[in-house]
Amino acid sequence: MDRRTTLKWIVAAAASAPSLGRFALAGQQPPPRPAARIARGYGTDPKLLDPNKPGALWPLTFTKRQRLAATALSDLIIPADDVSPSASAVGVVDFLDEWISAPYERQEGDRKLVLDGFKWLDRESVRRFSRPFAALAVAQQTAICDDICNAATAKPRFAQAAKFFARYRDLTAGGFYTTPQGRKDLQYVGNMPLSSFDGPPPEALRKAGLA
Amino acid sequence: MPFITATAATQETYDVIVVGSGAGGGQTAYTLTMDGARVLMLEAGRHYDPVSETPMFQTPDMAPLRGIGTSDKPFGFYDATVDGGWQVPGEPYVQTSKEDSGRFDWWRARMLGGRTNHWGRISLRNGPYDFKPYSRDGLGFDWPISYEEMAPYYDKVELLVGVYGSNSGLENTPDSSPGCLLPPPKPKVSDLLVAARAAKLGIPVVPGHRAVLTQQLDWKNSQAKLHPGNPAAQKIIADDMQRRAACFWATPCGRGCSIRANYQSTTVHLPPALATGKLDIVTDAMVHEVTLGKDGRATGVGFIDRITRQQRHVTARVVVLAASACESVRILLNSKSTRFPHGLANSSGKVGKYIMDTVGSSLDGQVPLLESMPPHNEDAASGHQMYVPWWLYKDAAKLGFARGYHIEFGGGKGMPGLGTAAELEWLTGGSYGAKFKQDARRYYGSFVGFDGRGEMIPNEHSYCEIDPEVKDKWGIPVLRFHWKWSEHETRQAAHMQKTFGEIIEAMGGRVQGRVETDGAKAIAPGGSIIHEVGGAIMGADAKTSVTNSSCQTWDVDNLYLTDGAPFASNADKNPTLTIMANAWRASDRILERMRRKEL
Repeated sequence: MDRRTTLKWIVAAAASAPSLGRFALAGQQPPPRPAARIARGYGTDPKLLDPNKPGALWPLTFTKRQRLAATALSDLIIPADDVSPSASAVGVVDFLDEWISAPYERQEGDRKLVLDGFKWLDRESVRRFSRPFAALAVAQQTAICDDICNAATAKPRFAQAAKFFARYRDLTAGGFYTTPQGRKDLQYVGNMPLSSFDGPPPEALRKAGLA
Repeated sequence: MPFITATAATQETYDVIVVGSGAGGGQTAYTLTMDGARVLMLEAGRHYDPVSETPMFQTPDMAPLRGIGTSDKPFGFYDATVDGGWQVPGEPYVQTSKEDSGRFDWWRARMLGGRTNHWGRISLRNGPYDFKPYSRDGLGFDWPISYEEMAPYYDKVELLVGVYGSNSGLENTPDSSPGCLLPPPKPKVSDLLVAARAAKLGIPVVPGHRAVLTQQLDWKNSQAKLHPGNPAAQKIIADDMQRRAACFWATPCGRGCSIRANYQSTTVHLPPALATGKLDIVTDAMVHEVTLGKDGRATGVGFIDRITRQQRHVTARVVVLAASACESVRILLNSKSTRFPHGLANSSGKVGKYIMDTVGSSLDGQVPLLESMPPHNEDAASGHQMYVPWWLYKDAAKLGFARGYHIEFGGGKGMPGLGTAAELEWLTGGSYGAKFKQDARRYYGSFVGFDGRGEMIPNEHSYCEIDPEVKDKWGIPVLRFHWKWSEHETRQAAHMQKTFGEIIEAMGGRVQGRVETDGAKAIAPGGSIIHEVGGAIMGADAKTSVTNSSCQTWDVDNLYLTDGAPFASNADKNPTLTIMANAWRASDRILERMRRKEL
C-alpha cells in the first residue's frame, strides 16, 4: 500500500464538505473511497446529536495487559509537557480501544496490526530488558522505539514493528488533537460563531511573505 | 397537511408529480407551486429536518471514531447524509468491473433533499463553450440550447439560493448579472499564497462561487426579479428569505446548516414551496415506474410505500422525474409496456447511455512558509474562498486532451481531525515524544491540497442498463454499470498532477507523496466525484436523444426530466447550479403548456 493510499484511508473526512475535497476545514482530509462492503456498525442513520462514549456502540477489546501497553506507548508518543497533558490523561487509550474494536473494514485491519504490535513490543521488551514494555523505564522504552519509529530507515527485521508504530502514532495523535486539550495545544481558535470573517491578521500575512 | 401519507396521496388529484426532492426536484416543485400548480413530490428516503437535526458545533471527540468516515457514513459521522452512500443496504447495483479503471460507484442519498444536504455548495455556471462542445472540437454532443438561453435562469437561481462570488471576466467563465452574486468571503493566508505564486505560472486564482449567504439575501429587490407579476409568490419568498440567517463563519457546510445560511433543497426550495399550500410531499415513497395510458401519455407513477411495504399508484397531468440521473434512468428502463418494450421514452435506445462523472485527481503539498502561523480563526466559509477556473483554452490544440478542468484548493488551520498530525514521518524523520508535539504544532496548518475537477466527454462505453437478475429488497430490478475513461480524461488527470506539483513548488513547498505521471493511476474511479449526469441526454433529434431542449421526453408528451439526466455534456463546472437553472427553465415550459391547456 503506497503512501497516498494509506493516507486516503487513515485520514478521513470528519468534517469536510464533499465536493470541496479534503480541505474544507481540517487541513488534511482525503476523499473517502467507496467501501467494499457494509459493516454492522452504528448504521446509516445514527443519532448525530448524542455524544459518543467508547464501548456504547460495540464491545471494547483491551485486556488489562493490552491497556497497560497502550497507555505506556501513547504516553511515550505524546507525553505531558508545559503546554498540554499526556495522551492517556485525555482519554486517548479509550479512543484507541474503541477504534480497534469497531466493526468496519479499516478498523478491523488496525485491530490485528495493533494487537500484534503490542505482542511484539512485549516480546522485544522481555528479550532486551526481561520485563514487559509497560514496566520498562522510559529510557528502555525509547531504546526500542528508536528502532521502529521511522519506517523508511528501520532495519528489515523491524519493518513490521515500524508499520505498527507508524499507525499507532497516527491514531494516538489523531485521538489526542481532537480533544479540547489537543485543540488548545494546536491553538485552534475556530468553531465559534462570528459576526464577520475578517481574514488573516497582518502578522500572518507578513509571516507568509504576503505583506 | 404538506407532508402526507402514501394513502392520502392516492386520493388527491395533482397537476404534476415530481419524483425526487434534491436540486432538480426541489427547484421544479418550487417553480411550479409558486406559479400555482398543485404538486405531489415523492421522495424515496425519510423525512429530514435540517433545522433540528444538524450537528452544528459538535467536535470530532463527541463522535464515534472521532467522526471519521465509515461505510455507514462515508463522509464522516457528522456529514448531513443519512441512509446514503456508495452502497445503500438492501439496494444493490451491479458493476461489470471492479477495477479502478472500469468501475462506476453510484452514490445515492435516501433522504428528503437528497445530496443537496451535504454537497460542497460550489456553484459555477457553464459557459458558452460548455453548451456547444461538439461544435468546438467534434467530440461529444452539443446541447440544443445556448448559454444565452440559460443565463436568465442562472441569474434567478443565484438570486434565490444565494451564491457568493465575483465576476472575473475570464474566458468561458460567465459573469452574473449585476446584483446576482453575494460578496465573496475574505481569503485565508493559504489562499493568498496560492494566488500569488500561481500567478507567476500564469494560472489565474479568483474568488470561488458557493451557495453560502455571506450576507442576508436582498429580499426587497429580489422578489420582483424572481416572480414578476406574481405578488403572492413575491410575498412568500420575501418572507422566507428573511428567515434565512447569514453565515456565521463556523461549522462545516457538509453537515447541513440549521440556520439555513447555505443552499440545501430542504432549507431553500421546500419551505417556500410548502408555504404556497400547493405542495404535498410523501417520503419513503420508492418510485419504480411511470405508468402509461392508452393514449401514450403518462398517467402517473407506481411506488412502494416503504413504511407499509404496499404498492401504490398516484396520478397527475404531468410527470417529472428528478430522482438523480441514474435513478431516473432506472425508473424509465423499468417502465416497460407493449408500446415501449425497452423502457419508457426509449425509442432512441439512448436511455442509460452516456453516463458521465467528473475527472478528479488530487495532490497535497507541505509549505514551509505556512508553518507556525500566528493563531487566528481560519474556518472562513468552510472552503472554496478562491479557485482556479480553466485557463488554457488557447492551448487546446497542444495539450493532448480536449476540454479542461478547474482547481479547488484549500489549506489553513481547520478543526483538528484524526489526520491533522498523521503521516508526518517524511517531515519529522519519525519523531515521537516531546519533539513530536513540537512537530505537530509546527506542521499543523502548513498543508495545502489541490483537487482537479475536469470535464469528461460522454462515450459509448460508459452506460447503465437493467441487470437481468438482481433485484433490490423492494423487488425492483437494479442497474448494471459499464464504465471506461478515454485518453482525454486520463491525460487530463496527469496534467492536473503536473500542474499541482508546479504550484506547490512555486510556493516553496514539498509534494506529499509524488506527482503521478500516469493519468490512468491519477484519475479517481468513476462515480467518486459524485457528479453523475447524463443517461437521458437532451438533443435536437429524437433519434439520438431522449429529451428535447425543454427536458420533455420525445416519446411521451407529458413526461419531463429535470435532474442531471438530460445533460448532454459534463463541463468542469460542478453540475448542481446548472441542474437548478435547467429545472427552472423546464418548469417554466411546463407552466406555459399547462396555461395553453396542452398538458
